[in-house]
Amino acid sequence: MSEQTEPLAQETRFVRAKRFALELWDVLIHPSSVFGLGVLVLAGFVAGIIFWGGFNTALELTNTEKFCTGCHEMRDNVFAELKSTIHFTNRSGVRASCPDCHVPHDWTDKIARKMQASKEVWGHLFGSIDTRDKFVDRRLELAVHEWARFKSNDSLECRNCHSAQSMDITKQSPRASAAHQRFLFTGEKTCIDCHKGIAHQLPDMRGVPGWQ
Amino acid sequence: MIRSFGSILLVAALAVAAGSLAAQTINSGLRGPTPLNEEGPAPPLAPTRNTAEREARNYPEQPPVIPHSIDGYQIDIRGNKCLSCHARARTAESQAPMVSITHFMDRDGQFLASVSPRRFFCTECHVPQSVSNPPVSNDFVDIDTMLGHATPGGRR
Repeated sequence: MSEQTEPLAQETRFVRAKRFALELWDVLIHPSSVFGLGVLVLAGFVAGIIFWGGFNTALELTNTEKFCTGCHEMRDNVFAELKSTIHFTNRSGVRASCPDCHVPHDWTDKIARKMQASKEVWGHLFGSIDTRDKFVDRRLELAVHEWARFKSNDSLECRNCHSAQSMDITKQSPRASAAHQRFLFTGEKTCIDCHKGIAHQLPDMRGVPGWQ
Repeated sequence: MIRSFGSILLVAALAVAAGSLAAQTINSGLRGPTPLNEEGPAPPLAPTRNTAEREARNYPEQPPVIPHSIDGYQIDIRGNKCLSCHARARTAESQAPMVSITHFMDRDGQFLASVSPRRFFCTECHVPQSVSNPPVSNDFVDIDTMLGHATPGGRR
């Protein structure tokens, strides 16, 4: 008995849903007979502001160092290592935070990176680097991703602060000045080619071009 | 009477000696005027010499000193930042002096393909130099100067 009623109930539910969809479509394609056009436009405008503002606020909230170091994987490994480098502490007190180097500043690129980063949430939930040993074992793989990203965008995140045009090579050490003139100004190399491991410790560098 | 006079003399002598000792401590050049039982202010860190110009060795066996800053250079089991310029294959691009061939030698005198593990940690011998006035002057005379004294044209 019950075997016969179940498909029937499913059918009626399906039919009801279809009818509701059709009615909704009907409402959407016909001009409103209750609300004025001005009210609708204004309501849409306000809702747009709320949605867009809320979205961007949430996006910027995930773009802070506090958010990044909320997980112990970041706080105990890469953030701890950053603290002793010149990008965290230096004479002028200007410093880089996580998203300055690891998230593109342009909106579309930022969204693309954020979508990629959803994989990191997966990694956190399944504990892919939840101990120091696991992190060190995967450090090369993670570093290679970042090097590839910097290489493909011509070290864009470095150049957001370090502009080759504003670089006064007479203020640099002779060694730095010579290297920048030969490789940076000619476009032969990009920042990350030489400046690996400046903000975090290096992985096993055997086989990495330019390293032993 | 004589005994008590002797002890007074001894006490006086000790007091004078202690006074002169204290005076010596206070005037000690390296330590500065800080009393012995107190810790003086630490001297400021001297900047690193960063000219990248080679310095002459004081004797042939001296490990060459590093004429540039090496702040943040990682030298450990995972990588060696120094070798990214000073390794044989890197010197054409970097124009840095190549790691000496003696560093390729293992303890049995066999030459390996690259830097021997026992010579891997550069800063065990090679050190950067700071720009500072040494608190104690150095009267080291190198061998060429010494031999020069003995030659007819040398200084006497």
